[in-house]
Amino acid sequence: MSEIPQSKVRDAYLALTAARPNGNTPAWVQALHAEGESLLRETELPHTRMEEWRQTNINAINERTFAPLTDAPDHGVDADSVAALRFVNGVCSESVFVNGFHVPGLGSRKDLPAKVAVTGLCNAQLGDHAETVKAHLNHHLGARNAYTALNTAFLQDGAFVHVPRNTVVETPIHLLFLATPALEDCSAAIRNLIVLEEGAQATIILSFAGNAGAAAYLSNVVDEISLGANASLTLCKLVREGAQGNHLATTEVHQHRDSRFHAHTFSMEGAVIRNQLCVNLAGEGAECKLNGLYLNDGNRLIDNALQLTHTVPRCSSRIAYKGILDGKSKSVFTGKVNVLRDAQKTDSNQISNNLMLSDTAAIDAKPQLEIYADDVKCTHGATVGSSPPEIIFYFRSRGIDEATARGMLTYGFAGEIVDEMNIDAVHAPLSAYIYDKYSPKI
Amino acid sequence: MLEVRNLKASVDGNPILRGIDLTVKEGEVHAIMGPNGSGKSTFAQVLAGHAAYEVEESSSVTFLGEDLLDMPAEERARLGLFLAFQYPVEIPGITNSYFLKAAVNEIRVSRGLEELDAMDFADQLKEKMELINVDPRFAERFVNHGFSGGEKKRNEILQLAVMEPRLAILDETDSGLDIDALRVVSEGVNKLRSENRAFILVTHYQRLLDYIVPDFVHVLYKGRIVRSGGKELALELEEKGYDWLRETEDALV
Ligand SMILES: Nc1ncnc2c1ncn2[C@@H]1O[C@H](COP(=O)(O)OP(=O)(O)O)[C@@H](O)[C@H]1O
Ligand SMILES: [Mg+2]
Repeated sequence: MSEIPQSKVRDAYLALTAARPNGNTPAWVQALHAEGESLLRETELPHTRMEEWRQTNINAINERTFAPLTDAPDHGVDADSVAALRFVNGVCSESVFVNGFHVPGLGSRKDLPAKVAVTGLCNAQLGDHAETVKAHLNHHLGARNAYTALNTAFLQDGAFVHVPRNTVVETPIHLLFLATPALEDCSAAIRNLIVLEEGAQATIILSFAGNAGAAAYLSNVVDEISLGANASLTLCKLVREGAQGNHLATTEVHQHRDSRFHAHTFSMEGAVIRNQLCVNLAGEGAECKLNGLYLNDGNRLIDNALQLTHTVPRCSSRIAYKGILDGKSKSVFTGKVNVLRDAQKTDSNQISNNLMLSDTAAIDAKPQLEIYADDVKCTHGATVGSSPPEIIFYFRSRGIDEATARGMLTYGFAGEIVDEMNIDAVHAPLSAYIYDKYSPKI
Repeated sequence: MLEVRNLKASVDGNPILRGIDLTVKEGEVHAIMGPNGSGKSTFAQVLAGHAAYEVEESSSVTFLGEDLLDMPAEERARLGLFLAFQYPVEIPGITNSYFLKAAVNEIRVSRGLEELDAMDFADQLKEKMELINVDPRFAERFVNHGFSGGEKKRNEILQLAVMEPRLAILDETDSGLDIDALRVVSEGVNKLRSENRAFILVTHYQRLLDYIVPDFVHVLYKGRIVRSGGKELALELEEKGYDWLRETEDALV
């Protein structure tokens, strides 16, 4: 029944492509736009009769057109407003993006080796990095869904990070995406491209922050990440959209042999958050560790959809996600692991633990293993529960009241995921945030 | 300091405690012995304020002059009551030091004292760990998580030492310990004995009382104290066994 308005919405998006400025867009980028458009034309907006979206109802987003911003209007963001939304606290190289567009004047490079590029994608398409961008952009993204197609159709800007061969970047790179009131009722098509060449190493913080505006907006994000042989990337994603902000993201990671990818995904604020994380272990000896923590409450929806493909032998994957579920929130966790026929000696395990703080919160947590190789080690486990009364009584017998006990237990529950992330600039503010959120309010 | 009068408690309508009277004065050590299922843990848990037990209206318990039965568990602890659990729970994610600091500060605040900061608390914790001879690494381990049986019991005594209660109830802290662990735990308790602190030692085995010498021994059977005496009562019980109780007591019914 809902197809009719949704296809209208899709047509409205297609009509808007006419407004896309093509002034100095290279021809090959225009070709990508056309690809995105034709894919969008063929793809329904996600609905709950699609297998992958069965538990994830985003009708509230589908029922309206969030017109993609096509240029960076006068945004009024200055150093003070960046500081107010920064959250991350420590020495980092920082690039700031306002409503999806890079604002060079607001960033700063810190201890970055000269040949490392951290810039806007739009700028990179034209300059010295054009060849690298051309070699990777849209090459890693599969046909994921209508919103990733929309992202490609409106692809303009986002972050571009390139770390050359055997280059080690010690200082974290902080990519800060701000949503301002100018984004209300609109969407930002944010396209990030991260390329680590052979033997390169970096830590990148992808941080999304929005002002708590009254109107809805959409951050429509696609990240493409390529890790060369023996490269190592630690990626920390922080989602703190405005209260009415929606965040639909697809992160696509391609790992060459012996590369290491450690992701830490923290879903904190936003009306709807969907983090689709697709990792292709495409070279022998590659390893990935995907950790996540979602803090859900109110009437919000948070979906973490992991899709891991073991393509070749001897790769390992570790998935550990935790959810803290309050109010009438809805959470979805899917750990889909595909072990292809050639991927012998695969070592994969996943665990998802959920702490219920209310009876009215809902969670659908499931592993989904598809194994076509025979000599593999794959394990999974999922738990959903609340703190047992015997534990609460133990606290009380030590003088600690129930509300404080529950706060401490919640903080401790989150700690396991937080403590695995060794980025100091995020660890302290994140711990403090979680502590404040779950401490009893007096 | 503790006066228990006609304490009756039940679970789901099944009576477990059938009228207990007990008076404990400052500095005294009372042992409560009895066979399995006689209600020893129930007695300890009811005193600590466990909500699973329905206590009869006619029962009364006063502690330091206050009516204990109407008081939430956390307030009993803040007033100075401590229970070392027979089966301490495991709390993954929360370190001993974080847990104990929270506990100590709750107690301090309730008494109008200033909270200890991290440094002062760490000093205090270190001192107590030395006093009762526990591994300093206990501080940063999660509460009882992955602890052996003996470590859990020792951790209860560490908590006792840090919280400095007026009345400590030890529920079978000696059970399941080998002789070395028993010695460590008993030495800890003996160091914590003082003129204004009382102990109730709940135990199944007379052996504990070789290490911690009680002033009084009570025998609990089917929810009642059926014998009270000095430390020689424990020896008599040891000699004759709990079967002797069953024969003599059940004959009376
Ligand atoms: N929470 C409870 N629910 C149901 N029965 C209980 C509960 N606690 C104790 N009981 C029952 O009360 C009796 C006394 O138990 P307990 O106090 O643990 O004895 P002891 O510590 O002396 O071995 C037992 O029959 C036990 O099954
Ligand atoms: Mg017992």
